[in-house]
Amino acid sequence: MSFLELRDITKTYGTLNAVSDVTLSVEKGEFVSLLGPSGCGKTTTLQMIAGFVDVTSGSIHLDGRDITRAKANTRGLGIVFQTYALFPHMTVFDNVSFGLEMQRVPKSERRARVEEALELVHLAPYAGRYPRELSGGQRQRVALARAIVIRPPVLLLDEPLSNLDAKLREAMQFELRDIQRKVGTTTVMVTHDQAEAFSISDRVVVMEAGRITQIDQPYRIYEHPQTEFISRFVGKTNLLPGTVKAVSGAYASVSLAGVPVEIDSQSGADMGGKGGALASGETVTLCIRPEKLRLTGAGQGRLPGRVSERYFLGSQWLYHVDGPLGTLMAVTPNDGSAPLDLDAPVGVDWSPSVVRVHRGAMAEAPDPALEAH
Amino acid sequence: MAAVTSSPSSSAAPGNGRWTPLFLAGPAALLFAALVLTPLVLTALLSFNEFEHATGRTHGFTVGHYLAVLTDEYYLEIFLRTFRVAALATAICVVIGVPEAYILSRMRNPWRSVFLLVVLAPLLVSVVVRAFGWSMLLGPEGPINAGLVALGFGRARMLYSEGTVIVALVHVMLPFMVIPVWTSLQKLDPSIEQAALSFGASRGTAIVRVVAPQILPGILSGSLIVFGLSASAFAIPGLLGGRRLKMVATIVYDQYLSDLNWPMGAAVAVLLLVANLIIMLTYHRVVEGHYRRRLG
Amino acid sequence: MTRNGPVALVFHTLVVLFMLAPLAIVCLVAFTPENTLSLPTRGFSLRWFEAVFHHPDFVQSFWNSLWLALLSATLAVALAVPASLAITRWEFPGRNFLNALFLSPLIIPHLVLGVAMLRLFALVGATGSFGWLVAAHMVIVTPYVMRLLIAAIAGFDRSVEQAAYSMGASEATVFRRITLPMILPGVTGGWLIAFINSFDELTMSIFITSPSTVTLPVRMYMYATESIDPMMAAVSALIIGITVVAVLLLDRVYGLDRILVGQR
Repeated sequence: MSFLELRDITKTYGTLNAVSDVTLSVEKGEFVSLLGPSGCGKTTTLQMIAGFVDVTSGSIHLDGRDITRAKANTRGLGIVFQTYALFPHMTVFDNVSFGLEMQRVPKSERRARVEEALELVHLAPYAGRYPRELSGGQRQRVALARAIVIRPPVLLLDEPLSNLDAKLREAMQFELRDIQRKVGTTTVMVTHDQAEAFSISDRVVVMEAGRITQIDQPYRIYEHPQTEFISRFVGKTNLLPGTVKAVSGAYASVSLAGVPVEIDSQSGADMGGKGGALASGETVTLCIRPEKLRLTGAGQGRLPGRVSERYFLGSQWLYHVDGPLGTLMAVTPNDGSAPLDLDAPVGVDWSPSVVRVHRGAMAEAPDPALEAH
Repeated sequence: MAAVTSSPSSSAAPGNGRWTPLFLAGPAALLFAALVLTPLVLTALLSFNEFEHATGRTHGFTVGHYLAVLTDEYYLEIFLRTFRVAALATAICVVIGVPEAYILSRMRNPWRSVFLLVVLAPLLVSVVVRAFGWSMLLGPEGPINAGLVALGFGRARMLYSEGTVIVALVHVMLPFMVIPVWTSLQKLDPSIEQAALSFGASRGTAIVRVVAPQILPGILSGSLIVFGLSASAFAIPGLLGGRRLKMVATIVYDQYLSDLNWPMGAAVAVLLLVANLIIMLTYHRVVEGHYRRRLG
Repeated sequence: MTRNGPVALVFHTLVVLFMLAPLAIVCLVAFTPENTLSLPTRGFSLRWFEAVFHHPDFVQSFWNSLWLALLSATLAVALAVPASLAITRWEFPGRNFLNALFLSPLIIPHLVLGVAMLRLFALVGATGSFGWLVAAHMVIVTPYVMRLLIAAIAGFDRSVEQAAYSMGASEATVFRRITLPMILPGVTGGWLIAFINSFDELTMSIFITSPSTVTLPVRMYMYATESIDPMMAAVSALIIGITVVAVLLLDRVYGLDRILVGQR
């Protein structure tokens, strides 16, 4: 049995299913993120683990104990809230000390543990300040210290970094992971930011409309998204609708708007878990990440194209290339060489192994320009 | 964050008992049932009792008091005067309060806070004190008459007139006009007015076309409060209106404490209350609904 | 922000003079050495203040008003804190009705409340009872407290309480250590505004006070309708002084604009 287990938990508000049949096992010391757009049920799931929201059906087990109906104040979990939820009328020290006080830890030990926790988040000199006298990043770290000082079996993080500006958020991601490694606390984090989830999690749980659609290591989710939704939600992607024309051995030929493209016929097997090789006549959606496309000289590669838009992203260039398949996004590293000009004719190339295949038609035709936010 | 409205008992989430809210609100609810609802019902019932002048006993059932109030010229005149005085006080409050709120909102701190305090704080001084202040200002020996005499105009008899009552009412009610207008001005994005000016609108046009419509709900709500409070004001007409210039509140007082005709006083009070409630509820239904939709 | 023009500033000055004039004249006349209501043109005197303190009726009604205001404000806060928690945090049958009921004294004329309570008190034999007078004042000051408290509680980040629960605090501890301290500005602001309103209340009190429970505003009203001498000005000046102190306190603990204008 895993350290923290959610078994088929469901939360219903009236007739609305906020969370449906969520099953998840978290190992001791693991850092797991619940990732999904707002309203996907990830926060409700976290609140059920915390005990702030009642579970409609299913059960939650912590270290072999059923805590489904346990009161929030008996679970002993450490929680970092999106708003930090610091006690505004207490100093940093008192904020961190509060949980220990509730556990009736003797005063001398309390002091030592609070100081240790503040040391860990580099806030020792700020112990006497009030939350309103701190910056956003400092408040965030107080919230973290307050949650870990009670040595919780599980640390719950609810969008912990979303109120920080971009630069600080990145720094805090690494710091958060660093602290979690040092303390070794099992951690569940909720986030809508895939970069955040990917950079610090051992495993990522993708949620969509109250259900889990994929649980995997960050790299696997990026490279092998199991649904079209995930491939679109996680990073940028080119989605191309097509029909399987012929299957021969390891290769299949897919017609995309009349343009034949070779793919690995086994690809369908690991996509969407529906198994089996592709069959002739089947409707599929091909999915190619922009950084997997290579822009070559005109007349080379698999498809001809013309640069229609060009965005400078700092470390990379993002191109929109118009061609026979419509507009494709392609990303090339900024290696110091001159970028392609607008209207420049190019060739588009890729290796068959980078093409992911989703069975069935696309949910809707996304405008690549809109996707590339 | 979902758990604002809670689900029923047997829950892990804190503070969710089904009876908790009734337990919490119970004491206050009892107080209000005993001292608001019960007395109002009793008074409404009393207003239908007959009154024996000889013995002072009240009994039986009659609509006579209401008929008397609604037909007797004495009462009609008093109701009419009350209405007129309240309407004039309201109008003057709009004319003074709205521009003042606008001027205040355009001031910089600390002046803004200081003058907001100066304009609003008299609200917290007892109305008897303020009425007394006006009776001295406008009295025969007061500084205004002294000024008139010095300028060779001769004394003016200002006390015990409708004019005096209105002036004092405006003084008492002005904060109630400034507050809602100020509130709606606070919600107003100053860049909207600047946008209007940038489109070439004149100052006046910007105010009339852009600012005024957005603070209209504030003006309306202020007007209703001022009108309601003026129509039921007691201390000002009591101290500045003298014995002859009766208003609704002062005749209720007379009926209760001089004539001891409680049923008659109750009937007048009930009419006053009903009129007040109709005005307030109409406002909520019609005006607020309308503006909520338009201004979101 | 654009500046106000000269016309606006003149208008503003006139409004400020209008608002302050009756209060200013009261304070000036209070220092007159004369026997009539007149400006102290021949030097200042404290004789009328002395007279107030030697006038047993005024002294007694001052203490009546003070105790009345202290008790009714305190008890109103004690009832309003749980009631506003119930109204802001729970969905229960009758919630909207209770909310309207608790705020209703704001739109029911005090005159009507006065005669209505007079009738009730006469029926239950409570006329002249100080306890019932306190209860009546609680009714009129509770809405002011509720408005502040509801605003304070509605603007409250619930996750702060959740954080405390998650650290093992009991519900009672959370209320005592977290909730109450966080709504404390609303509570003290509400108490002060309740105190001022009770202390100043005339229209309802005039119907339900008896000679032994007469409050200061009622006493002043009676006095002003019967005799006119500078003692009335001295009492008024004292009241203005007390109010100024209360206003400054209120501004300190809560911010006067937040109380009078309401917060967004």
